[in-house]
Amino acid sequence: MPTTRATTEDRPDRSAVRTLLRLWPFVRPVRVRLFTAAFVAVVASCLSLVIPLVLKWMVDGPVADRDPAGVWLGALYLLLLGIAEAGLFGLRRWLVARPLSHVEAELRAELYGHLQRLPVAFHDRWASGQLLSRGTTDLMLLRMFLAFPLTFLLVNGVTILVGMAIMVSQDWLLGLIVLGPAVPLMWTCLVFERRYAHVARLAQDQVGDLTTVVEESVLGIRIIKGFGRHRSQARAFRELSGTLRGTELRKARLLASIWAVIVTLPEAAIGAALVLGAVRVADGQLSAGTLVAFLSTALALRWPVDSIGFLLAMTQEAATATERYFEVRDAHVEEPGAAGGPVRKPGPADGGLRFHGVRFRYPDAPPGSPPTLDDIDLHIRPGESMALVGATGSGKTTLTALVPRLHEVTAGRITLDGHDITALSRAELRTQVAVAFEEPTLFSVSVGENVLMGGDGNAGRADLERALSVAQAEFAHTLPQGTDTQVGEQGLSLSGGQRQRIALARAVVGRPRFLVLDDPLSALDVHTEAAVEAALRRVLADTTALIVAHRPSTVLLADRVALLSQGRIAAVGTHHELLRTNPEYAHLMSGEQPGDERAGEPRAAGAPAGEVEDAR
Amino acid sequence: MTAPASSAPPPAAGSGSRPDAGDAPLRPLDSGDPFDRDVLPTPPGATSALLRSLLAPLKARVAVTTLLLLFQQAAVQAGPLLVAYAIDSAVPAIRRDDHGPLIAVAVGYLLCALLSGGLQFAFIEAAARVNQDVLLDLRGRIFRHAQALSVDFHERYTSGRLISRSTTDVESLRELLSEGLQELVTVILSFVYISALLLWLDLGLGAVAVASFGPLYLLVRLYQRRAGRVFQLRSTAIAAVIVKFVETMNGIRPVRAFRREAVNDAEFGVLNRRHERTNGDALLEMARYVVGSRLVANTAVAVIVLWGAYRVASGSLALGVLAAAVLYLRRLYDPIDRLGMFLNSYQSAAASLEKIAGLLAQTPSVPEPGTPRRLPARATADRPGREVVFDGVRFAYRTGGEVLPRFDLTLPAGQTVAVVGSTGAGKSTLAKLLARFYDPSDGRVLLDGVDLRELSAPELRRGVVMVTQEAFLFSGTVAENIAIGRPEATREEIERAAKAIGAHEFIDALPDGYDTDVRKRGGRISAGQRQLVGFARALLADPAVLILDEATSSLDVPGERAVQRAMSTVLRGRTAVVIAHRLSTVEIADRVLVMEHGRIVEDGGPGELIAGTGRFADLHRAWRDSLA
Repeated sequence: MPTTRATTEDRPDRSAVRTLLRLWPFVRPVRVRLFTAAFVAVVASCLSLVIPLVLKWMVDGPVADRDPAGVWLGALYLLLLGIAEAGLFGLRRWLVARPLSHVEAELRAELYGHLQRLPVAFHDRWASGQLLSRGTTDLMLLRMFLAFPLTFLLVNGVTILVGMAIMVSQDWLLGLIVLGPAVPLMWTCLVFERRYAHVARLAQDQVGDLTTVVEESVLGIRIIKGFGRHRSQARAFRELSGTLRGTELRKARLLASIWAVIVTLPEAAIGAALVLGAVRVADGQLSAGTLVAFLSTALALRWPVDSIGFLLAMTQEAATATERYFEVRDAHVEEPGAAGGPVRKPGPADGGLRFHGVRFRYPDAPPGSPPTLDDIDLHIRPGESMALVGATGSGKTTLTALVPRLHEVTAGRITLDGHDITALSRAELRTQVAVAFEEPTLFSVSVGENVLMGGDGNAGRADLERALSVAQAEFAHTLPQGTDTQVGEQGLSLSGGQRQRIALARAVVGRPRFLVLDDPLSALDVHTEAAVEAALRRVLADTTALIVAHRPSTVLLADRVALLSQGRIAAVGTHHELLRTNPEYAHLMSGEQPGDERAGEPRAAGAPAGEVEDAR
Repeated sequence: MTAPASSAPPPAAGSGSRPDAGDAPLRPLDSGDPFDRDVLPTPPGATSALLRSLLAPLKARVAVTTLLLLFQQAAVQAGPLLVAYAIDSAVPAIRRDDHGPLIAVAVGYLLCALLSGGLQFAFIEAAARVNQDVLLDLRGRIFRHAQALSVDFHERYTSGRLISRSTTDVESLRELLSEGLQELVTVILSFVYISALLLWLDLGLGAVAVASFGPLYLLVRLYQRRAGRVFQLRSTAIAAVIVKFVETMNGIRPVRAFRREAVNDAEFGVLNRRHERTNGDALLEMARYVVGSRLVANTAVAVIVLWGAYRVASGSLALGVLAAAVLYLRRLYDPIDRLGMFLNSYQSAAASLEKIAGLLAQTPSVPEPGTPRRLPARATADRPGREVVFDGVRFAYRTGGEVLPRFDLTLPAGQTVAVVGSTGAGKSTLAKLLARFYDPSDGRVLLDGVDLRELSAPELRRGVVMVTQEAFLFSGTVAENIAIGRPEATREEIERAAKAIGAHEFIDALPDGYDTDVRKRGGRISAGQRQLVGFARALLADPAVLILDEATSSLDVPGERAVQRAMSTVLRGRTAVVIAHRLSTVEIADRVLVMEHGRIVEDGGPGELIAGTGRFADLHRAWRDSLA
């Protein structure tokens, strides 16, 4: 659901036509059908203009001549025309139904595939709701545009011209009277549409804001209830929904005025034509049949004329949708990465995971701000596990994201066993490096598949069991369908700790050479944490690993510790060394101020149960 | 193609196809739990009762709106009648040099044009007012009701469904009201008027027109049945596409890290093609309907013209009547293309309304008291805490499954109690009972001797505040987020709370400091920092009893220490319940409860438990070792 406002800034007003032309590559494969359909629609529309002429012929001919046989013939013509019209209408729809659905689906599949391959930094900037609305509503608008306004702008244009020609050729004066309002009407509709679109957008934004309040009230229900704030939430909701009602009423008033115009003007013109026509019929200057045909044609032209404004508005909307679509589609995907780049014979000193003078700054960081990471030199030897410790916001998570190239280093390089990671293809790199994130995301497949996707495709039942047991995730067997139980968005919801353990199993299932774990045990209770640690120790014995840690217990999994401080590596050493020599590290691990004698000493002993009695 | 009186922009061919994003998380698990299948028991008649109660206060305006439409349609449909009169009476009259009838036609036509335009304006306005008031009322009801429902309902109903109730479902009702319903009424009304007029003009011709309604009705029914099925398939198909889409985008990091792109492309392709197929099916269904209805209409026109012209030729029918009939027929059959679509939007709105009625039929399991009691005044200002007593409390979910067997527990005023134990031991349930997120199945929870169920919501929140693990930030600035604790707090008080908890430094470093919008770019606020904001909120609220439910899980050790220091100074004398799986938290506790399988298995001062041989002693030893 789109909650955040569109990030589209006001762009230079590019012409709608130019924007829409960008759709051509997608439409090209179905162009024959689309053009045929447009042609069919033009023919069908012209057929309906012939009907009044047949009527005229009947009224002035057989009816006036009292010739019943001629009447039969006329009715037969009408019937044939009617059948042809119905058939052509159907034919047009049949021609485009499947191809246009196909175009829509192609556009969507393209977008999806593209989005999957855009850099993570792109996704950091864009709310998934915004991407979703481009993948659904906007594409639907485009399909509707191809099916409708595109065809009918042409069809109605031709119809109006043909209709005008017919009317003027029969009686130019009456023709001009009936057509008189057409131009001002189209113009009014167009002007109205501009205004209406503005108010409609406003209403849409207000619905978005209202949705945000609803979403937050639901997602933050524990906070609202915990602080008893439902009244202020309700007030905010009431105000916003009141504003929305006001906007909707403005919208309705605009709509009401345009409809009043659309109804009144042509009707008045037809009235004038009727009066004048009656006079001329009485004078004998005009046949009764012509008058009937005239009025009938005027009626047939009403929809084409009225609709021009709406069709142009829909075109404008479609242009906006196209722009929104390509806004995302034009973002550059990550290169797959050169496979088998310049291979350098790695020396023994180059083994393991190595950061060489790495600097990183977020692409959207304000200019002039210091880089998130700077001057990172770190060497994790083959088979070694290194804990990464640092205060909140020191850049630990960012550092881990650089290894599988979820973000690209701004400067410097990272090597795996001496190979620059940019020289590996992304697929290859990500096969070698397994990751577990602090926020464990499971996909809507079974538990087993979620774990096995961490492997290279050859991982089997035995690997699954081993991974589950390392991560202490044997609970998976007790789920309703065991490891075949569906989880994720569409399946069973698991607790944070359970998801974290599955994600950990996923990271270790493929026996990766390099393992990157971002605070992988934060949601586990002490008992489980201890059990996972014991099992992980065995795995880590021969894996090169980088582990973000907050707690001494997690740090103890690692052979050495790197302290990250304000984006730089401040110290490297064993846990006990750093505890002794580095005050900042001691502070992070024990929480006591540097120099505090009682570092790590629980205060508990000073709070005897006896105080309980005192308090009474 | 559009009826002159219709009030909506002409819908596109094959429209009515907005993706139904509602209920995106379709649960494939076939379980008996109504929550899992998103079908809350809707009591029989609840839907129509809801509709009645929404419209009841607007009765008068509904009546006025209906009258406006009746007159408007009368004005619109008078046109062809005037044509008949002009041809049959005015023309001969002019030939007799009598211009009276012609002037009558002119005036009448102008009047009709103005009236139909003016009434159209009045009608759309009046109808919009009714619609908007209904929607305002309904939106408000859903919102207030969702807020009143207990946390345990929210935990089971899932946020996605609640959100789609108040967005997609309300939206489909809005569409029906503002686009479908009035158009449908207009179409039906014009059917009635035109049939009556045709019958009045000429019984025979009218009868043919009315006879054509039979096959048209069958066609509409057929379409409705077939398209209804296709539409349902299509909305399921698009929902599956949406779920896959959102899941991928939200999980983009693991997607990349585990090289899921190609697999995802294939899976998405399958879902996307299924939607493409059903979408095409729906469009083809529409095409069939259009062909059928056009055929019936055009045949009827041909028959009527044949018969009418035949009779005009034989002198038994006036030419003007035939002309009027032809004009009427065009108006009659024009809107039938869209009739089928209205019926579909009606069906989907009815389904939405039923879901909403089901939600509104849920009764809050934690109701507000009828006659609230007040808490006794605090004994002294420096001892702001209150005593908490669990008196014979037992808790089980309403669907069964006992979580907490019967227990008694007294927390003296001012005591800080740590609750430890493994996941599922019942720690959070204990906290939620104290915060009155749940009510106990048996027994009472007393705050200074007053049952929580007898306290009004504001009074309860002055007494007990709970800070949970998920530190959710509302849109707005950081300062506003802290002020949720006490909306009337000044900026100084907000900053003081943030400083006390150790959150000031990071807030100050944000682009706009306390005025940074948390939803804007550049406001990268980590999980730990969000928790600090949550704490500042709680400090500001200044409650008698504070509950912290794993509220420090994402903090690093110094952050946790800062919180503890703040609690031991700022919250001195308050009663506090601290749930944590980090033993460091226990350091500030006066007393420790160890829970297992819903029971309190160890209870005592931390020193006492550490010195003992229980589970807590083991855990604590392991933890100390890691620090050495």
